[in-house]
Amino acid sequence: MSLIEVKNVSKHFGGLAAIKDVSFEIKSGEILGLIGPNGAGKTTLFNVVNGFYSPTKGEVSFKGKRISNLQPHEICKLGIARTFQVVKPLQRMSVLDNVVASAFLRAKNKSEAVQIASETLKFTGLYEDKDIISKGLPLGKRKKLEIARALATKPEVLLLDESFAGLNHSELNDSIEIIKKIKERGITIMIIEHHMKVIMAISDRIVVINYGEKIAEGPSQEIRNNPLVIEAYLGEAKSA
Amino acid sequence: MKKYLPLIILAILSVLPLIGLSSYMMHMLILVIMWSAIGMAWNLLGGYCGQVSFGHAAYFGVGAYTSGILYYKLGISAWWGMPLSVIVVTLFSLLLGYIVLRLRGPFFALATLAMGEVMRVTTENVGGLTGGTLGILIQKRTWVTKFGYYYIILFVAAGTFFLIKKLVESKLGYYFVAIREDQDAAESLGINTTLYKTIALCLSGALTGIAGAFYTNYMGYIDPHVVFALHDISIVTIMIVMVGGVATYWGPLVGAIIMVFLAELIRSIPGLGVAHQTLFGILLIVIIIFLPNGIVGDFNKIKRVFKRGDSLQ
Repeated sequence: MSLIEVKNVSKHFGGLAAIKDVSFEIKSGEILGLIGPNGAGKTTLFNVVNGFYSPTKGEVSFKGKRISNLQPHEICKLGIARTFQVVKPLQRMSVLDNVVASAFLRAKNKSEAVQIASETLKFTGLYEDKDIISKGLPLGKRKKLEIARALATKPEVLLLDESFAGLNHSELNDSIEIIKKIKERGITIMIIEHHMKVIMAISDRIVVINYGEKIAEGPSQEIRNNPLVIEAYLGEAKSA
Repeated sequence: MKKYLPLIILAILSVLPLIGLSSYMMHMLILVIMWSAIGMAWNLLGGYCGQVSFGHAAYFGVGAYTSGILYYKLGISAWWGMPLSVIVVTLFSLLLGYIVLRLRGPFFALATLAMGEVMRVTTENVGGLTGGTLGILIQKRTWVTKFGYYYIILFVAAGTFFLIKKLVESKLGYYFVAIREDQDAAESLGINTTLYKTIALCLSGALTGIAGAFYTNYMGYIDPHVVFALHDISIVTIMIVMVGGVATYWGPLVGAIIMVFLAELIRSIPGLGVAHQTLFGILLIVIIIFLPNGIVGDFNKIKRVFKRGDSLQ
């Protein structure tokens, strides 16, 4: 069953087409990887799905309902949460308060919000840092905090924008474990990632975009051997 | 102890007039309490929600004129202006918010500054309603002594304090601070940033408006230059919160005590009095450099400095 459907979406900034006629769907329960070279339009596509940008053409629907005319906070309420590539912690709030602020979306009162937040922090392995002001967190933990905050809104779909970039080896393994655990909870994930090894390992399917256009879609094995994808990343075979 | 601090301070302020203070001293205390209420109101929007307003004189003035016009045009007691100003200023804030809240950061600040000035010029020019530059004079003061006024403004300030404390510790407070820290992140966490910024603006405006309505009743005279003043209202409000401590419960009170008494002290020094705004400017620069979180916010820093001083001796 497709949970999110992206239909013929284009996004123009002035005369520049950042995304051109891209269509794909995210199926319930899967991990969908979104890859492409730098500047391919991955984050723009995320911003369209999440409601920060409205598409110039085409539409995005969630469970059959059109969402491309909604505000980000309305889309979040429907059950689509996201993280940011450039992390946006609520700097002068403690780690716990960061997550409490987002847990209020589903919580009836403060004690319930604190409870949801504490559980989420334990789940992502940040509970010991709960009283630290998030300004002082190292990058690896900030990336985790982004995930924790998104999870506390109890989403059905989680959009992860480069949650692994800049992590060291052990942090990387840690995060992969967390992603797998999130999937076990039945949450659908769409993930942008540059780390090929990671994305190949965890994705059920992969969508590849280049210059704003979708050039391939399929299981990771297939993507790995797709000549178009290899060309996009490594250049044409002739010139090499 | 800390939990009961607000009640202890309220108790002290309640019995303070009973020890027989001079009329002048009572006047100073009334000003301190009024300014701390305005500071708290500003702090909700500027400190917690991060929307720095340079135009709080607009709300103060609209509140003051609500009282004034009731008396001047309808012949009703100006005291009715205090409850009525809540409604009037809230509606005014909604209108204003619709215009200025789509702007962020410095642009918001500039737009609010302009709004304050727009209100001043408008009030001057609709003389039929407001009395224009002549202002409105309340012929007969309600009380000759200051006691009544003191307890009314104390009640307003205490109400403002407890309301804001309650709000800041609730969902609303978390949302305000989230918006302050990162509006895009807040939006992506399901927070309707436009709605919550509007709530902050209306609350902050209405609370400032009540203080304005009180001012009309207390001073007995208002004119556009006084109640819509950029430097004497809008900027002083910001200074009080900056000096006392942004986004702290006690900052506005501490700031108001310092600013009101300091202003009085400087004005009384011959030759220096005329330069009191220059000195305020210097004070603000010093505070921003050395105590960016204000006296309450950086209290531990101050304590450390004094401790170091002790150990040296």
